[in-house]
Amino acid sequence: MGKFRIELSLQPKTTSILFLSLVSIVLAFLCSSLIFWFYRVSPWEAYTVFFQGAFGSWYALSETFKRMIPLLLVGVGLSLSFRAQVLNIGAEGQILLGAIAASWVALFSGVPPFLMLPFMFILGFLAGAGWALVPAVLKVRFAVNEVLSSLMLNYVAFNVVLYLIGGPWKGKGVRGFTYTDTFPEAGWLGTIGGTRVPYFTLVVGLLVAVMGYFFLKKATLGFELRIVGSSPKTAQLLGVSEGRITLLVMFLSGGLAGFAGVGEVAGIHHLLRHPSHISLGYGYTGIIVAWLARANPLATIVTAFLFGALISGGDALKVSLGIPFQVVSVLNGLILLFLISTEILSRYRIVWSSSGGVEN
Amino acid sequence: MEFFRRGGKLNIEAILGVFNRALAYGTPLFLATLGEIYAERAGILNLGVEGMMMVGALSGFVVAYATANPWMGVLAGALAGGIFSLIHAFVSITLRANQTVSGLALTLLGTGIAGTLGRSWEGKTLVVSIRPFSETFFAKFPPLMSMIFKDTDALILGGILAAVFLWFFLFKTRPGLFLRSCGENPSASDTLGVNVWRVRYLATFFGGIMAGIGGAYISVAYRPAWSSGMTQGMGWLAVALTIFSFWNPLFALVGAYLFGALFHLAFRLQVFIAPEILNSLPYLFPVVALVFVSRLAFRKKIGVPEALGKPYRRGETE
Repeated sequence: MGKFRIELSLQPKTTSILFLSLVSIVLAFLCSSLIFWFYRVSPWEAYTVFFQGAFGSWYALSETFKRMIPLLLVGVGLSLSFRAQVLNIGAEGQILLGAIAASWVALFSGVPPFLMLPFMFILGFLAGAGWALVPAVLKVRFAVNEVLSSLMLNYVAFNVVLYLIGGPWKGKGVRGFTYTDTFPEAGWLGTIGGTRVPYFTLVVGLLVAVMGYFFLKKATLGFELRIVGSSPKTAQLLGVSEGRITLLVMFLSGGLAGFAGVGEVAGIHHLLRHPSHISLGYGYTGIIVAWLARANPLATIVTAFLFGALISGGDALKVSLGIPFQVVSVLNGLILLFLISTEILSRYRIVWSSSGGVEN
Repeated sequence: MEFFRRGGKLNIEAILGVFNRALAYGTPLFLATLGEIYAERAGILNLGVEGMMMVGALSGFVVAYATANPWMGVLAGALAGGIFSLIHAFVSITLRANQTVSGLALTLLGTGIAGTLGRSWEGKTLVVSIRPFSETFFAKFPPLMSMIFKDTDALILGGILAAVFLWFFLFKTRPGLFLRSCGENPSASDTLGVNVWRVRYLATFFGGIMAGIGGAYISVAYRPAWSSGMTQGMGWLAVALTIFSFWNPLFALVGAYLFGALFHLAFRLQVFIAPEILNSLPYLFPVVALVFVSRLAFRKKIGVPEALGKPYRRGETE
């Protein structure tokens, strides 16, 4: 061993972030082998099925893209809110609110067909944003912790969907099942030929990621947002209102989640159904998408793709090997744990030097 | 309140029914809250209660199922919850990582583990579960006794006694003072010779044990069966209840049973209002309550441990 010292660097290097992120993902996969072992499936076989299901064919790849879209929309929104140190954990519910609003437009509003999709997306965005404004207002006005309040509202949204599909909105021709009637075709999103990937939401997702990046980097408001997040005291000195920024990021992240919810019902399901089918935990996975991207909207394109792959791979595990889909939850939790644990390491840098021992 | 009256007279049975169900439903919530109060009093915010309860519920059920002894199940739940909480302790105390995110990750992990490993027990029920005193001890007593304490079992009683003891320990003893000091001002406690690291580890571990027992209570006593979603967000309610009870075990006792009564009333009102809407009430209620509590805490400056959620490192002040 040569002589080296460990330095604290406030600005972690991109390469070390990339390396540690990769390490986190690999470690999470290794740990989850225990679950495969429990199901008497060799980890090697499980990983093969997993990667086949995520990237192995055009169909698999298209499934990954399909899952990536809501994660991207949610991830970009959450990146903005995390940058401002606002922890919106309610994206799951905000997605559902978007889906509810879109279903209302498609089934009951009576808007002319050519206006249907625009209305679905606008109203869905507003519904998600409005749902997110509840914890935002409570935080700004009453200092209520947004983690708890936004999370509680997920359960409420979940129950509201259950109520609608089993009660007033239950479809006429569905008999014992609980979902609504199918939307008129004017409320369906076009998909990329031969796949189930709606192109509109994919393009919007990518655009939003780029816009979000430049918003943070160039816009005055984006700068204010980052100031509030990194140094509330400085923000106060500069006269930046923390409350206004909180409302803004909750509005945007909730709106984008709502938009994602519209995309799911208009692009894939074409009806309102059980909440756990509309969102496969996208609201929770979106948190990790944003965290892994270090709250950089542009990087969420990559991380959303990775987690899209995680979900479609998890689907393949369920279908081919009978391993419950919750394995995705296990991987999510592990990746997140390893990420925050290794983040500490990324702040340190080993410096080789001719003199001195280990310093801290 | 029609169902409390029958033929113009108060329906004692219905009222006692609410009381009993409140005790039964409030208990798992209450046990988990007691643990979280201790963790947070020591300065560790653990949002992984839901995950720890899930892991506790699964281990509790599996062991009770295999041994046909519900008490072994409770023990297993306690151990599993405790061990599981050490992940959070390591990440947030030793590595000093973000506690909010670590707790969320723990919840994701716990729900995932319960869902994947619990699959083969899905829908199974326990033959031998923890029985209420009314069927065992009070069976020989006059019917009134067994009516009042119809659903009371050893864990409910134990929980109430534990609350009193934990309150006493926290506020009236020296180690309790040390624990609280770690949550208020860790560097001062360190200077005074308190091992902050150890206290925080122990408090987090204790939180895990209690959440594990709470989870096991659900799967071996409250509803002696296994389904992967059986905690239904109760862990999050426990985190909320920790705040409403101002980090005081005795207030948590009142709060949890109030919650329990609310749950039960919501259940009884199903005749009039759609069950899905009523099922959201337990989640809306804490939000409303948080508004009041936060205002109160803001004005009077009571409650919140000063160093809650902040990692401690010797020689580092803010």
